Amino acid sequence: MKNISLILLLAPLLSSVASYAAEADFKLVIKDHRFQPAELNVPAGKKIKMSIENKDATPEEFESHSLNREKVISGNGTATIYVGPLEPGRYDFYGEFNKDTAQGVIVVK
Amino acid sequence: MFGTAIIVFREILEAAIIIGIVSAATRGVPGRTRWLVAGLLAGLVGSGIVAASTDVIASFASGVGQELFNASVLGIAVLMLAWHNVWMASHGAELAKKARMLATNISEGRSECSILMVVVGLAVLREGSETVLFLYGIAASEGGGARAMLFGGLVGALAGVAVGYTIYAGLLRIPMRWFFAATGALVLLLAAGMASTAAHFLIQADLIPALASPLWDTSSALPENGIAGVLLHSLIGYDARPAGMQVVFYVAVLFAISLGMKLAGKPRKTIQIKGAI
Repeated sequence: MKNISLILLLAPLLSSVASYAAEADFKLVIKDHRFQPAELNVPAGKKIKMSIENKDATPEEFESHSLNREKVISGNGTATIYVGPLEPGRYDFYGEFNKDTAQGVIVVK
Repeated sequence: MFGTAIIVFREILEAAIIIGIVSAATRGVPGRTRWLVAGLLAGLVGSGIVAASTDVIASFASGVGQELFNASVLGIAVLMLAWHNVWMASHGAELAKKARMLATNISEGRSECSILMVVVGLAVLREGSETVLFLYGIAASEGGGARAMLFGGLVGALAGVAVGYTIYAGLLRIPMRWFFAATGALVLLLAAGMASTAAHFLIQADLIPALASPLWDTSSALPENGIAGVLLHSLIGYDARPAGMQVVFYVAVLFAISLGMKLAGKPRKTIQIKGAI
């Protein structure tokens, strides 16, 4: 128990370390159960802040195994997801609720 | 329809596994079933409420409210499971010996049961709200396929419940001698896995540093979206690409609860000795 509270106390201290890398902002839009753009180019070695706007009336779940991220975005809602800093490469993502059409990839250069 | 069944199955599975283990772990605690059902119902009602307020939750804390909410739910569940294991460390032997007595310490049983209710409720709440959103999306979209897909959802849900029940029934077959040690170990790993997932959400929200992301990558050997990966994720918190901070949380909770169990197991001996004198 003591250790848990210790971690909870330390967490905000450690979080100040997190802001070492300046973050870069990127925007994704979901429309008709598709991501726009379906291919997003981002720089390597930088923390990425992605705003995802869902223009559909139904909710979507942004999911990526390669990025280890998942987040529900409500219908006509916007969500923010932080990823990175990333190594160069291709990281695929998809919308779990409409997997047939909602596919995309983040290309890190 | 098949796709729907799989998605719902995956969402339900994690909650079902948690409920299966926790139900087995509280075997012999009086009034357990009633509290379990209460937790289940509260979780279901909560799922609906959380799903309906996704917008409100999401807009909290400049867009990372969902992560904070999930991390808090997981954090509370970790504390409850920790308390359960510590409680069991001091009462488990009694429960194992006289599985039927219990009328004597009903008050203690009650606090244990309320923990059970909260853990079950939170598990259902977290996984259930995503299922509700998903099914709502299907129901809201036009087209004749909606009914078939909702049926698929039902099939997936039943399959998830079946796995949870299988785990529960399987655990009950463990001989009494090892039973509480086994369920205690499972609850311990469950709690550590939840702590790791909580850390994952806090990293996603950029509230704590990742330390190393990922620390390792076993996604080609044991993918997290495969059957084994999904089961291991629910059972012991397996992550194919964990951040360093997730591992820190995992180990810290594992260590803290083990320590608590050890300390809780000790004082009983002194009490017994006093009683003998």
